[in-house]
Amino acid sequence: MLVTLLSGDKPRSAILTVLLLGVLICLAGAPFLFPGVRSLETAATICIFILLVASYDLLLGYTGIVSFAHTMFFGLGAYGVALSATHLGRGWGALVVGSLSGAIAAALLALVIGLFSLRVRAIFFAMITLAVASAVAVLVSQLFNITGGEDGLTYRIPRELTPAFRMGELFGVRLNGRILNYYLVFICCFLLFLFLLRVVNSPFGRVLQAIRENDFRAEAIGYRVVWYRTAATCLSAAIAALAGSLYAIWLRYVGPDTTLSFEIMLDILLMVVIGGMGTMYGAVLGAVIFVLAQNYLQALMGVAASATEGVPILPLFLDPNRWLLWLGLLFILSVYFFPTGIVGRLRAGR
Amino acid sequence: MSQALLETNGLTVRFGGHVAVDGVSCAFRAGELTAIVGPNGAGKTTYFNLISGQIAASAGKVKLMGEDVTRASVADRCRRGLGRAFQLTNLFPDLSVLENVRLVIQARHRKGFNLLSMASSHSEITTAARAILERVHLDPLADKPVSELSHGNQRKLEVAMLIALDPMVYMFDEPTAGMSVDEAPVVLDLIAELKHDTDRTILLVEHKMDVIRTLADRIIVLHNGALAADGPPAEVMASDVVQEAYMGKALDHV
Repeated sequence: MLVTLLSGDKPRSAILTVLLLGVLICLAGAPFLFPGVRSLETAATICIFILLVASYDLLLGYTGIVSFAHTMFFGLGAYGVALSATHLGRGWGALVVGSLSGAIAAALLALVIGLFSLRVRAIFFAMITLAVASAVAVLVSQLFNITGGEDGLTYRIPRELTPAFRMGELFGVRLNGRILNYYLVFICCFLLFLFLLRVVNSPFGRVLQAIRENDFRAEAIGYRVVWYRTAATCLSAAIAALAGSLYAIWLRYVGPDTTLSFEIMLDILLMVVIGGMGTMYGAVLGAVIFVLAQNYLQALMGVAASATEGVPILPLFLDPNRWLLWLGLLFILSVYFFPTGIVGRLRAGR
Repeated sequence: MSQALLETNGLTVRFGGHVAVDGVSCAFRAGELTAIVGPNGAGKTTYFNLISGQIAASAGKVKLMGEDVTRASVADRCRRGLGRAFQLTNLFPDLSVLENVRLVIQARHRKGFNLLSMASSHSEITTAARAILERVHLDPLADKPVSELSHGNQRKLEVAMLIALDPMVYMFDEPTAGMSVDEAPVVLDLIAELKHDTDRTILLVEHKMDVIRTLADRIIVLHNGALAADGPPAEVMASDVVQEAYMGKALDHV
């Protein structure tokens, strides 16, 4: 049963199993284990990024396609929800319509990009995704009467998902709509992650891996490589859009910086690489480590800086404003020591 | 019924000014094993690439079971019954030996777009793949990644993948190249076995004359990209053309 749920893809490492279970328990119980607005915010971001990074891993790790348009698809989903919530009014229907239309738009756009460019060499596809993604980002900031431009959009979501909705108390934690919203995000991300895990372990997933390993031979044994690459791109885009929709539902705000910026694209890349490409579970660890570092490294450094106040120079390096330096260092070290990612390292080292 | 399974009509390819394959017309019938010989650079592998579609023809036609496939993609030709093993080993290195063969059978069963089932739940595919691995004695290595296999074993897997494809036209490009003396017979015996399926045809590029003598029903000789001889082994091997081609002399008088 459990193995079927994981599609037969067991962690294959005791440490990895423990880590994954730990993440699952922490995320499932986040509102009760780590009460507080900030930690719930972090937990929801982790859930969404796990899904987003996993959908990117389907492309990069399993199919061997480099795309720079993943945040664009993420943004399409987010703006889908934002626009439908703005125009259709507050309600569950608007969220469903927005999410589905965002996902469909993302898949269609991926289909067009894929059919035009996946026939040619991989580098062209990467370039074209970069160009399209930049164009969309410019378009979103220019069409401000539709998208709100750089300011983005704020909108109202059903009352049941907002802090104003109260439902009493459990384990000393006040239950409100925010917690309900968190569980909506958590459950959707969890189910979609399991779906991705199934896809990569399906016959389709095996073909994708074959294409990654040797597209020439995959074609020679009768697989139409372009179709598979395009299908993988569309699927990955649709899931990224759904992750974006969830993010929009969670934040009740969308803007270019939170959903479309190239910085997020880089973050996704780093998370996939740190976690381990082509493993799916790597997305979990990569996203957890990265989002935690983003949210708490600064605070941690602040503490360290004040603790070393007497020491010369050192506090300068530990200044909270230098947190990107340390994040960069963390990244270089992890790529150096774990070229196959954390999951690859854990699976190999026994 | 002696319709050719595979036919090339005036098949030609030019790379710049160089004509690599020059108007080769040849028909391959069911139940026949044709050896393709010729000195290095004669265009044997290029001829194979034209037939299987890796290279587009400059002129001429390829017909598979009577249908023109000159413009068809590699995958389409494969799905119509053309199977090829490669001279330089061409596998999926990070996947297991079993998975390599499974992928071929899965392609044949048209299961590639099945997203929602587990690959491991298709036991008929796994069973068939294991049976083929047994035939090339690779079953003890089934779960090893291909990159850990010896060269000889990779060659065997290459042949196993072609057999798994179960094509109408088998194309072997030097299947025993680089194999040790005790490994080669496994592969050659397999090819001999394939000859029992009399509704198929086998094309074999090979340098070793003893192999050709025992297996081939017919030999065609390529020289400078053109068809230099075509006939039963004894006849072709006795001819001046082959003697000279293998002595490396020019064949200007042909």
